Amino acid sequence: MIVERILFVLLAILGVLAPFTGIYALFLMKCMAFGIFAVAFNFFTGYIGLLSIGHAAFFGMGAYFSGYAIKNWGVTAEIALLLGMLLAAALGWIFGKIAIRRRGIYFAMITLALAQMVYFFCVQAPFTGAEDGLQRIPRGKLFGIIDLNNEFVMYYFIFVLLIATIWFVRYLISSPFGQVLKAIRDNESRAISLGYDVQHYKLIAFVISAALAGLAGGLKAMTLSLAALNDVHWKMSGEVILMCLLGGLGTAIGPVVGAVVVVLLQTELAGVGVVSLGPISFDLSTKIPILIGVIFMLCVLLFRKGIVGEVMHYFEIQPRTQVHPPFDEKTT
Amino acid sequence: MSIFNISSQVFLGQLTIGLVNGCFYAMLSLGLAIIFGLLNMINFAHGALYMLGAFAAWFGLVTFGVSYWCALLLSPLIVGLFAAIVERFFLRRLEGLDHLYGLLFTFGLALALEGIVLDIYGSAGLSYAPPSQLRGLLDLGFMRLPLYRAWVVAVSLAVCFGVWFLIERTRYGSYLRAGTEDAHLAQALGINVPLLITLTYGFGAGLAAFAGVLAAPIYQVHPLMGSNLLIIAFAVVVIGGLGSTLGAIVTGLALGVIEGLTKVFYPEASSTAVFIIMAFVLLLRPAGLFGQETA
Amino acid sequence: MTVTSAKPILSRDLSGVRQVISVNDLHAFYGESHVLHGVSFTIREGEVLTLLGRNGGGRSTIIRSIMGLVDRRRGSIEILGHETISAAPFQIARLGVGYCPEERGIFATLSCEENLKLPPIVDDKGMTLEKIYELFPNLAARRRTLGTQLSGGEQQMLAIARILRTGARILMLDEISEGLAPAIVDSLSVTVTTLRDLGYTILMVEQNWDFAAPIADRFSIIERGRIVMELETADLEKNVSAVNHYLGV
Repeated sequence: MIVERILFVLLAILGVLAPFTGIYALFLMKCMAFGIFAVAFNFFTGYIGLLSIGHAAFFGMGAYFSGYAIKNWGVTAEIALLLGMLLAAALGWIFGKIAIRRRGIYFAMITLALAQMVYFFCVQAPFTGAEDGLQRIPRGKLFGIIDLNNEFVMYYFIFVLLIATIWFVRYLISSPFGQVLKAIRDNESRAISLGYDVQHYKLIAFVISAALAGLAGGLKAMTLSLAALNDVHWKMSGEVILMCLLGGLGTAIGPVVGAVVVVLLQTELAGVGVVSLGPISFDLSTKIPILIGVIFMLCVLLFRKGIVGEVMHYFEIQPRTQVHPPFDEKTT
Repeated sequence: MSIFNISSQVFLGQLTIGLVNGCFYAMLSLGLAIIFGLLNMINFAHGALYMLGAFAAWFGLVTFGVSYWCALLLSPLIVGLFAAIVERFFLRRLEGLDHLYGLLFTFGLALALEGIVLDIYGSAGLSYAPPSQLRGLLDLGFMRLPLYRAWVVAVSLAVCFGVWFLIERTRYGSYLRAGTEDAHLAQALGINVPLLITLTYGFGAGLAAFAGVLAAPIYQVHPLMGSNLLIIAFAVVVIGGLGSTLGAIVTGLALGVIEGLTKVFYPEASSTAVFIIMAFVLLLRPAGLFGQETA
Repeated sequence: MTVTSAKPILSRDLSGVRQVISVNDLHAFYGESHVLHGVSFTIREGEVLTLLGRNGGGRSTIIRSIMGLVDRRRGSIEILGHETISAAPFQIARLGVGYCPEERGIFATLSCEENLKLPPIVDDKGMTLEKIYELFPNLAARRRTLGTQLSGGEQQMLAIARILRTGARILMLDEISEGLAPAIVDSLSVTVTTLRDLGYTILMVEQNWDFAAPIADRFSIIERGRIVMELETADLEKNVSAVNHYLGV
């Protein structure tokens, strides 16, 4: 896994240097928050191979709850994030309990339907601010002393969390816990016959994934000062799937790469606005959903390994012994 | 007369709306169930195809003066053909892979289709008037029912029954059931399964488009009309069991009615009622009410 | 399974008859597994070839390869003069090849009669429904029964009957006597013998020596994806120990 390690180091270096390049700070922070979201999603779907279409529920509720806590209860930043993570984890536990026994497609649809319930709840609940969302969320002070309103500080705070998340997930994968997960993914019945409570392991993995997604949501809310209905909509669930697919499902940093590409695309297209080709003019900003849809289709048809997956495939001489793209070819 | 302090008018009114909704749930979940049975894939584009059906009818009316009655026939044909082409040239390439890729592809397709329509027509709803023959009210004595809604219920039930009959009692249906059970074996016996798959996907899409035309005069025609309905249709098939055509129809109708009744007695919960029921059913009967334990 | 030669064995002269199946250097793969290594053989019209060998040796795989049911194939398979190495299973079936799989392959959700009428007719020389019900009165009696509710013997009869209705003249029979009571195996034997006498070309995979011996013209022994021995029925007596060596446990 030398290639992966090199890529990781490259990413870390880029991350450390980024604020000095003059790229818009909020954009970078948004990339990283979504990067954490994608890593969280990838941990479950990418390594375990069960597609969840409901992760927006964890992300969005993390955003709402963290935002609410820091705005209305005045807690410090880290407490707010922790609260968001706890709520997301609890939600993950409930979803998991209902869905985890089912396979593949059933599991996916159930997570979608449950997330939709959360969406409807958010539409109606008073504290979410409905269409307007939860606005003017302050960043607060980290541990009560570090002021996160300073762009540099906030950036490195999120950066550290991103690195920590990637490292944590990596650690989990290579730990005994992760080995069991891998065994479950490769041959569930054998894992059961060896005495492992597979449902329990899957549930724990799901809860961890949910909690990390909640962390991402909280960071996003604090960065952009906003938590809105978009964050819990199923399209958000779709976006995070695309990020991982595009970047490389089942790879360590693929999700982050995918997140950066998707956020970049959305920002650029929205920013470019109207483009003229002779007599015809396009408003690119309204075409974003179409482009996302087309990229999705192209990825599924032609580019299933994702960017990082292709890079690793190119450099790898022997077949990968570690985690490979989950929904593998020809699963019977 | 009143039931639990709710006037019978309101009660019957909501019941009717619930029944009408239920008809759409049934038709969409029926298509989803059929496609899932043979292609082993969740057609995430189903809502978008339904929406295209409605839009085709609206477009036909506004641009060419195509009547509602013609639209009922033409719209499913056009959308069905489009879907068959998508299956033949794109979905077929995903056949040997994990079925979740099919879901993801159709997810992207739905986004693209909705995005295109949204871009061209905006997000405001477009209105589509019911044909003159179906306007007005039907006086049933105990209530006055909008004629169009009665029509929708009648046609939906007829179509659902027709599809059920087609699948359970005809030659094509036996090919479909055989292919659903074991596609390789069916091929080895001489059945052109790839063609069957293409036609079935087109048929499912046509069914969705047909529902779309039916829906146009009731719910306004707008780009996102499909996505909201689709998610409920998913819940319906999960509750009813993905393998069962009868399950999809019965569950769809029942849930529509239950949703309608919930609106009467406890309106805040109405949009989540279906999902709550789904959660309960799953905890008690993981394979769904009519499903076989294959997942 | 061991060979004992005590039954009268048939011997027909089929030289000069055209080839209906010609397999050349066939390699087959299940995923990454290379299961057939350069198998070559031919079958003439009206001939009965039986594949023998230990379980897992590749006998069923040969039939499945001819039907196009394996993941990947390489080499050449000519059926009635048509190259079918890249053909889809349904195209192969429509050339006139009838397949009776090892699991019998009766569809559970279809009735007996629906199962019978399912495979499309490939030649108008196929038997009519009435004739089939004449030959297999059991099936007539159970025509409305669901596939799963039929007994093993009835399912096997149904699997053969539905092929006969299509008009296919080349039969691929995979372990059809397996798991059936002796009385049923006997009647199955009569059926297959009748088909042979009617001129059907048959490729059989069989474990049951007593079933296969009176019917077959030739035998091929398959081991580890290769043909290791081929012999005419007439030469069986001389090679009993060699054959037993390959078939022994």
